[in-house]
Amino acid sequence: MQKSLLIDPAKCTSCLQCEMACSFEHEGVFNPAKSRIKIFEFEHGARAIPYTCTQCAEAWCMHACPVEAITKNATTGAMEVNEAVCVGCKVCTIACPFGTINYNKDTGKVIKCDLCGGDPQCAEACPTDAITYVDSSWTGYERMQEWAVKTQTHQA
Amino acid sequence: MKHIIIGAGPAGVIAAETLRRTDPAAEITIIGSEPEAPYSRMALPYLLAEDIAEEGTHLRHGTDHFDDLNIKVLQDRVTAVKPANKTVELASGASEQYDRLLIATGSHTTRPPIPGMDLPGIVNCWTLADGRAIADKAAAGSRVVLMGAGFIGCIVLEALAARKVQLTVVEMADRMLPRMMDETGGDMIKRWCENQGVKVLTSTKVTGIKEKDGAMTLSLGDGSAIEADLVVCATGVQPNIDFLAGSGVATDMGILVDHNLQTSVAGIYAAGDVAQGPDFSTGKQEIHAIQPTASEHGRIAALNMAGQPTNFKGSLSMNVLNTLELISSSFGLWMGVPGGERAEAVDKDGFKYLRLEFDGDVVVGALALGLTQHVGVIRGLVQTKVKLGDWKDKLLQDPHLVMDAYLERTQGIASPASRPF
Ligand SMILES: Cc1cc2nc3c(=O)[nH]c(=O)nc-3n(C[C@H](O)[C@H](O)[C@H](O)COP(=O)(O)OP(=O)(O)OC[C@H]3O[C@@H](n4cnc5c(N)ncnc54)[C@H](O)[C@@H]3O)c2cc1C
Repeated sequence: MQKSLLIDPAKCTSCLQCEMACSFEHEGVFNPAKSRIKIFEFEHGARAIPYTCTQCAEAWCMHACPVEAITKNATTGAMEVNEAVCVGCKVCTIACPFGTINYNKDTGKVIKCDLCGGDPQCAEACPTDAITYVDSSWTGYERMQEWAVKTQTHQA
Repeated sequence: MKHIIIGAGPAGVIAAETLRRTDPAAEITIIGSEPEAPYSRMALPYLLAEDIAEEGTHLRHGTDHFDDLNIKVLQDRVTAVKPANKTVELASGASEQYDRLLIATGSHTTRPPIPGMDLPGIVNCWTLADGRAIADKAAAGSRVVLMGAGFIGCIVLEALAARKVQLTVVEMADRMLPRMMDETGGDMIKRWCENQGVKVLTSTKVTGIKEKDGAMTLSLGDGSAIEADLVVCATGVQPNIDFLAGSGVATDMGILVDHNLQTSVAGIYAAGDVAQGPDFSTGKQEIHAIQPTASEHGRIAALNMAGQPTNFKGSLSMNVLNTLELISSSFGLWMGVPGGERAEAVDKDGFKYLRLEFDGDVVVGALALGLTQHVGVIRGLVQTKVKLGDWKDKLLQDPHLVMDAYLERTQGIASPASRPF
């Protein structure tokens, strides 16, 4: 059964543990600026939304890539960036209508959530279960997916 | 069912793969005129900058990729299309029969009608062969003149600068990127380039080029002249449609296609740079010569060819560009619409700029300089026509709140009822 990140903003206290864990897992440093999951705060911190890639079915980033640097991991379902192949053209960063694949100036490549290969550290680190990793069929992710449908450039 | 695809660029290759997924039994042949494995033009700058080897430009990396998918890749040039007997004629003298045909032949470069433009020291930057020629000639320290500072010119600029040449850019228009940036943005990019030692001459015409002992002299409109060891011409392109003469396939600038990517001749489709298809923003038929459009066209044309009627809502004009590490992007109707409103934040010294254009409370276009995080949401906002409501006024005050506006208006977390649990 494929799993997905389930995000419940109501439980988020914007403690940034997820950003720290993500940055450490991928970049080896505790630096929220390098995280692939981002907490957005509203009303001066009274509300917060953790936000990252939903590994959407449309996979805009993957289809826009000119050199096949983004591929789907058959086990986790995550779209993964192969850094050795990515040329840093950034076309994926404008093609993704969710803004969840971003250019990293330090490496000259793009970065996105890869579900940590099936053990997402943000979910692991979240102390309030605002981020959990659950069976895809469970996630109430539908809202985001509905959104993905609206963003489609075609309709069958 | 036999599908013939003319063109081995991204539009053609993505179409072939989509056809294979949709119609496992179909016969699929790609005919490409260049003596290369299918590759991406847009990877050429990274080849020139020596970030990648030639294989790095290839669209697909497995050596048996096309064999494994049972897609035949033929190296030949199509010289004519004969819809009456459903054949295409090839330069080799052979011909191929089709049931459905996709034309994904892209464009070719054009040069301005100036004396001397055919000198051997003048190259384009369009094909892998061009890339090899530039790599051969653009040695560190050599004097290189780049003609044209449009989107392609500016990408090539970046690659040439990486080769540490002495670079001069000559652009006829009054600013860099005249079709992708407004004056504010174009001027900022120009100043940025000049700060990094690139000479940029805007509102300047090359009137003639002469060669003597391997060095070229370019005469300029103001009577002055510049010397060059190499001239890279990026002044424009034109769709490859000549071979359609007499075929009945209707063309304007490119091949006219409808919402199914079908041409005026039933069973013949067109995709990518060669296709003049529906524009998401205007509803008119336009050419959007960009990678994302080639990819979407290729996929949707193939679904229709395979008998899955699929309606294309139109392509969104959008670009992202890296000019010596200054990153700029443009989306949709960035020039605005009559009666619309504009939000603007300019920091000339910090090289940051964001311009949002509204039609009512919907973002219809944008320009950004120095923005790299979450820039894709601008596409999301434009393409899903998100009604911003009271967020519009906040954005008019501070357009940098665009990500917050997007989240609030799309994630709907404000009301607990819309939460998953
Ligand atoms: C230097 C450079 C940088 C670029 N950078 C970007 C960028 O950053 N972002 C972006 O979005 N876009 C960029 N582009 C544009 C992008 O590369 C094109 O939009 C894309 O390649 C279009 O794909 P296509 O399949 O329609 O056509 P093409 O890639 O041009 O492929 C056309 C194919 O048709 C073949 N062909 C032509 N005529 C015939 C014939 N008669 N018979 C048989 N075969 C034929 C050609 O050989 C080729 O294989 C760049 C282009 C260049 C040159």
